Amino acid sequence: MRNRNANLHGNSGSASARDDWKIDDLEEEATLNAPPITIPGVGRWLAGLLLLVPAFAARADYSWNFPTPVTPIARDTLKIHNEFMIIITVLFVVVFAIMVYSMIKHRKSGGAKPAEFTGPKSRLQWFWVLVPFAILLFIDFVLMGIPAFHAVLDMEDTKTKADMVLKVTGMQWKWQYEYPDSGIKFISTMSTPREQINNEAAKGENYLLEVDNEVVLPVGKKVRVLLTATDVIHTWWVPQFGVKRDAIPGFLRETWVKIEQPGVYRGQCAELCGKDHGFMPVVVRAVPEPEYVAWVDKKKVELAAAAAGADKTWTKDELVAKGKEVYEKQCAVCHQANGQGLPPAFPALTGSKMVNGPLFSADGKLIPDSHVDRVLNGKAGTAMQAFKNTLGDVDLAAVITYERNALGNAKGDMIQPGQVKSLR
Amino acid sequence: MSTATATHAHDAHHGHPSGILRWLTTTNHKDIGTMYLTFALIMFFVGGLMILVVRAELFEPGLQLVQPEFFNQLIGVHALVMIFAALMPAATGFANWQIPLMIGAPDMALPRLNNWGFWLLPPAATLLTLPFVLALFGIGEGAIATGWTFYAPLSVQGGIGVDFAIFAVHILGISSIMGSINIIVTIFNMRAPGMTMMKLPLFAWGWLITAFLLIATIPVLAGAVTMLLTDRHFGTHFFDAAGGGDPILFQHLFWFFGHPEVYILLLPVWGLIPHVMSTFSRKPIYGYKAQVYGFWAIGALSVVVWAHHFFTAGMPVPALLYFMYSTMLISLPLAVLFFCWIATMWRGAMTFETPMLFALGFIVLFGIAGLTGLVLADVAADAQYHHSYFVVAHFHYALFAGGIMGVMTGVYYWLPKWTGHMYDEKLGKLHFWLTAISFNLTFIPQFFLGLAGMPRRIPDYALQFSEFNAISTVGAFILGFSQLIFAWNVWKTVRGGKKATDKVWEGASGLEWELPSPPPYHSWETQPVLK
Repeated sequence: MRNRNANLHGNSGSASARDDWKIDDLEEEATLNAPPITIPGVGRWLAGLLLLVPAFAARADYSWNFPTPVTPIARDTLKIHNEFMIIITVLFVVVFAIMVYSMIKHRKSGGAKPAEFTGPKSRLQWFWVLVPFAILLFIDFVLMGIPAFHAVLDMEDTKTKADMVLKVTGMQWKWQYEYPDSGIKFISTMSTPREQINNEAAKGENYLLEVDNEVVLPVGKKVRVLLTATDVIHTWWVPQFGVKRDAIPGFLRETWVKIEQPGVYRGQCAELCGKDHGFMPVVVRAVPEPEYVAWVDKKKVELAAAAAGADKTWTKDELVAKGKEVYEKQCAVCHQANGQGLPPAFPALTGSKMVNGPLFSADGKLIPDSHVDRVLNGKAGTAMQAFKNTLGDVDLAAVITYERNALGNAKGDMIQPGQVKSLR
Repeated sequence: MSTATATHAHDAHHGHPSGILRWLTTTNHKDIGTMYLTFALIMFFVGGLMILVVRAELFEPGLQLVQPEFFNQLIGVHALVMIFAALMPAATGFANWQIPLMIGAPDMALPRLNNWGFWLLPPAATLLTLPFVLALFGIGEGAIATGWTFYAPLSVQGGIGVDFAIFAVHILGISSIMGSINIIVTIFNMRAPGMTMMKLPLFAWGWLITAFLLIATIPVLAGAVTMLLTDRHFGTHFFDAAGGGDPILFQHLFWFFGHPEVYILLLPVWGLIPHVMSTFSRKPIYGYKAQVYGFWAIGALSVVVWAHHFFTAGMPVPALLYFMYSTMLISLPLAVLFFCWIATMWRGAMTFETPMLFALGFIVLFGIAGLTGLVLADVAADAQYHHSYFVVAHFHYALFAGGIMGVMTGVYYWLPKWTGHMYDEKLGKLHFWLTAISFNLTFIPQFFLGLAGMPRRIPDYALQFSEFNAISTVGAFILGFSQLIFAWNVWKTVRGGKKATDKVWEGASGLEWELPSPPPYHSWETQPVLK
């Protein structure tokens, strides 16, 4: 565990300077001074205890509060949060100072004689009893209530003066991003290797918070974010945007962001969505307008090239090679890299009846509940999604061909992107 | 007022069965109370063990001990066990033991129902945890992996663990409703002559409101999980947009039960705390009427604020504002309770035996739960807190510091009455300090984890969350093992110890303290008369 500076911040440089604590160092110290401990991990536990004091003293702002805000909503939220924290801290201190005073002053060992009163008697006493509640009402509905009111209205104002739309679709366990204005559409999956998660390799700087395809958004533009999901509820969250909104299957929800500084911003799914809930990060790269335009053009060319691939005839080897890539990104989380699956929830593909069944019916039509049908249309009520919504024709043809000719299967047949296209 | 001479011991007169049959067939409120409390204690350790596995996994980044599937099962079953099989039965155990003693009734009004209510619990707990065992034999994928909230459509997708949990919740719900009916009937009909409703001990008042809340909300939960069951197996689409349903409907139904559930767990404790404050301050309860009205107000408000549990699901602005302001309104009756607790101490003559320490610890730590709850009500800030460790810390301040520490207050307070022996004061104090310190060690870091952006319910996390997670895990293990002191202390007290007087505490007042310690098997056969 060397790189301990991974963070949700865009400007990782500024964040990393703050954090020089390494558990390893402390552990070494702890074990040096202690008698030899044979149980593995005990040193680390000791380190956890030792860290208490120095960690609290040494950490700068981000551990103690929200990460640096980069949108108007996040700034507003942070301001409100800070004010509220001060209010409740004052309330806490005042109320419990009274309590502690009483505990010291009114103790039997100090010779206190108990009083007999059970409630306010005089007008004056009633006045003093009611004052705290008047103050609380004021705090609730004026001090806190009014700023909260404005913040809510601002947060929900997704429609006025939106410059562009980003559509986010949550699915187990990745995000799909669509730019309706330019027709760009791609999937973003976590790129942290399994070896790092399984502690077989050193963890990288952005451990668990890195993806293959980042969402790119222009700085200074109001982006209306539409959210939905294909299977279960997911939640799109980037702490520095101050925005967290559920993606609900079958419904559209919306929110908005206006990023003020260029940078890379990291977050993750916040609603328990099954096995790999902890492994579906959100990474947004905010860039100046011209750079964004250039990115859009580049992406369009890439998509055109992919679409062109759908019209050509591929060899089986080409398809299998391409299919391996797709499989490892899209399918291996559940069906595993070797095709053995995690039964009973995630069936094995190796030797599967379905995978080794026919591709099409005799007249070239889709067979219900066949291999092609399952990949294209998914299975309702399970994590197996309808991949025709998220993958292109080439990827689909490649992955189907790969599954039939690898992972211990040797069916020998293949499906062309053009055929997939006609089955959509 | 009548005295203890009105009762006499005749434990063996009616040829009660002994051994296991005694416990299976008993209709005695004290026996049933003991069974509830014992069951709660056992399940407290079962649920605790689960979360210690979770905390151990979260000690450092990377997956070390468990895989994500199993992790998801542990967090959900931990919550279900702690809420339904530890806290609720503990509160019902208190009610069984104490309400008849405190209101001068010979027993609960419906003793056979009472027996049945308890004996539904062990099968329900078995159903909850059985899928873990079945999975070892290759049957099913293990227990429910959706978190305790059952959110559709994840729960529609889940394995047989979900079905087991649905049936367990049904059985637990039936048990709770039976217990509630019994308590309401007992309080309404069996109070000692002269004990008007406004002379009812606050503990009984707290439970009375709890019982009404249970009867109002458990059927909604039962309905929601039944709809889930038919969605899973009988082709309905209540929560499936493709069939005209709505996943958010489930959240509305669930939290219509789920929010009052918080007060269901806490009202019995809020009823108990004033008795303890009064006893150890040697001063009568301050603001009795205000507290009773406070209970009613909280009970009424609790059923109209549910949607603050899913602000991020998206709802119309007027709904957001309504649920925000109505939630903030709860701070008023809660402040009344805090005011009365502190005013009860004020100018008393305090001593700090273990029950008093737990009560004071409860007030301070539950205060943190209340104050963080106030900021969570704010929709804009909630967007950052929600689904994060901030919320996890918040509700553990409410349910561990509020619920569990409240229950411990009651156990130390009444144990000498129940057993006739004084508990070990030194061990009790050690238990309190270890619990209070390690509890904060566990959950204060989680507030900061939440603010820094760590989502809840993840088995692995980014590197910047390492330190706080390590601290939290160390705290959790100390907290968990400290509870063994409690179990040991209770066991020792049951087996023997210094003889407790009838009144037990110098400043105690109320009918239960007029009975011998321990009270005879049948007490208040002749009801006392309150003047």
